[in-house]
Amino acid sequence: MTLVFRWAWLPRLTQGLALTLELTALSMALGAVLGVMLALARVYAKGPLLPFYGLASAYVHFFRGTPLLVQLMALYYGLPSLGIKLHPFTAGLLALTLNTAAYQAEYFRGAIQSVKSGQMLAARALGLTRLQAIRYVILPQALRLAIPPWSNELVYMLKGSAVVYLVGVLDLMGQAKTIAAREFRNFEVYIVVALFYLALVFVFTVVLRWVERRTHIPGLALPGRA
Amino acid sequence: MLLRVENLHKRYGKEEVLRGVSFSLEKGETKVIIGPSGTGKSTLLRCINRLTEPDRGRVFLEDVEITSPRVNINKIRAQIGFVFQDFNLFTHLTALDNVRLGLIRVKGLSKREATQRALQELARVGLADKAKAYPAELSGGQQQRVSIARALAMDPKLILFDEPTSALDPELIGEVLSVMVELAKSGMTMLVVTHEMGFARSVADEIIFMEKGVIVEQGPPEQLFKRPQHPRTAEFLRRITELYGGEG
Repeated sequence: MTLVFRWAWLPRLTQGLALTLELTALSMALGAVLGVMLALARVYAKGPLLPFYGLASAYVHFFRGTPLLVQLMALYYGLPSLGIKLHPFTAGLLALTLNTAAYQAEYFRGAIQSVKSGQMLAARALGLTRLQAIRYVILPQALRLAIPPWSNELVYMLKGSAVVYLVGVLDLMGQAKTIAAREFRNFEVYIVVALFYLALVFVFTVVLRWVERRTHIPGLALPGRA
Repeated sequence: MLLRVENLHKRYGKEEVLRGVSFSLEKGETKVIIGPSGTGKSTLLRCINRLTEPDRGRVFLEDVEITSPRVNINKIRAQIGFVFQDFNLFTHLTALDNVRLGLIRVKGLSKREATQRALQELARVGLADKAKAYPAELSGGQQQRVSIARALAMDPKLILFDEPTSALDPELIGEVLSVMVELAKSGMTMLVVTHEMGFARSVADEIIFMEKGVIVEQGPPEQLFKRPQHPRTAEFLRRITELYGGEG
C-alpha cells in the first residue's frame, strides 16, 4: 500500500492545533491557580480553617481517584439532567481544569512542604503575618521547586486534552477524526497528528527547561537535583 | 525595664520544658543563658517572641504584656530581633533582599529607603560587598552575619540569639562573635543562648544558668565562674570548660 498525505489537511489540523493549545494553556493556568489554593488549604488550614483542609482533601481525592473521561462525560452528558447544558468547549475546559487542579495541588503541596520550616519561622520572627510569609517567602521558593513536576503535568495534559473530541470539540484529535473518517486515510492522518503532538511536547519541554534555568537560584532545589 | 519574663511554663506532651522561668533585662544589657542542651533555653527564647506559645506565664516588653491575646504579635515581633542557630536566611533572596524584606513589608519603607538602610546594616557586619550574593553563595559565618544585619535593620529593642555560632565551623565562629561584641558595646540589648564561655565571660552583664526548665543560678560572670553558688553550676562549668577550653 502507498501512504498518501495531503496539504489540504493542514488548515483543519492547524485549527485543531490552536484549539488544543488553547484548552491546554487555559486549563493549566486555571488549574495552577486552583491547585495553589488547594495546596495552601491542605498545608496551612488549621484551627478555625480546618474545614477547608477537609474540602480540599476531598476534592483532590475525588478528582485524582476517578478517570478524566468519566469526569468529562458527567459534565457534558450528566449535567443537562440538572438543567445545565454546557457548550462542548466549556465542558472540555472545565473537566480538564478540575482534573489537572487536583494533580497540580499535589505537586504544589509537595513543593511547599519541601521548603524548610526555618523559612516560615524566620519570616514570622521578622513580624510578617502568616499570609505575608506565604506570599513573599514560601511560595516564591515552592513555585520554583514545582517547575519540574509541573512540566510533566503540562506534557500529560497536552496529550490528555485529546479526550475532549468525545464530546464533539474539534481539537487536534477531533479534526483528525473528521478527516480520517472522510478520506479513509486513518493511518496517514494519525501519523501526522502524532507528529504534531510530538512537536508540541518538544517545544513545551524546551521552553520549561529554559524557564527553570532562568528562575534558578543557587541553593534552591529539591534533594537530588543540582 | 525593657524585658520582663514572669513564671514561664511550656510543656511538650509529657515533658515540661519550662517550669517557671522568671528574669528581666534592662535596656542596653547583655545577658547570656547557658546550660546543658535540652534544658529549654531555645524554647525560652521562642516563647519570648511567641514563635512558640507558652502555656503559662507572662512576658512584658517595656510594660506591654506581649503574652496578652489582645496584642498584635506581628507588631511586637518587628521590635524583637531573632538570630537562629542555622541562620534561616531566605533561600531565594540575595543578602540585600533578605535584609530589605522586613523593612519593606513590615515597616513599610519605600524600596529606596529600604535599600539604603539594608546596605548600611550589611556594611556594619562587614558584608557590603556581598549584597548581591545568595545565601548558598556565602559561608556559614557570612550567612549568620547577614542574619544579624537582617535583625538589626528592623531597629529592634532587643535581639534574641539562639546559639548563633553552634552551626558554624570553628574557624568561622570568631567573625560572628566579634560582630556580636561590637553590638553589645554599641548598647544593643541582647539575650544570648550560647556555649561560648569566652564571649559570656567578656561581654555578659549577667549569666543565667538554666537546667531542666528552671533557672538554677544567675549573676555577673565573675561571680558565676569564680564562686558558683550551686553545685550544678560548678559541675556544668567544669564540663563545658573541658569541652570548649577556658577562654572559649
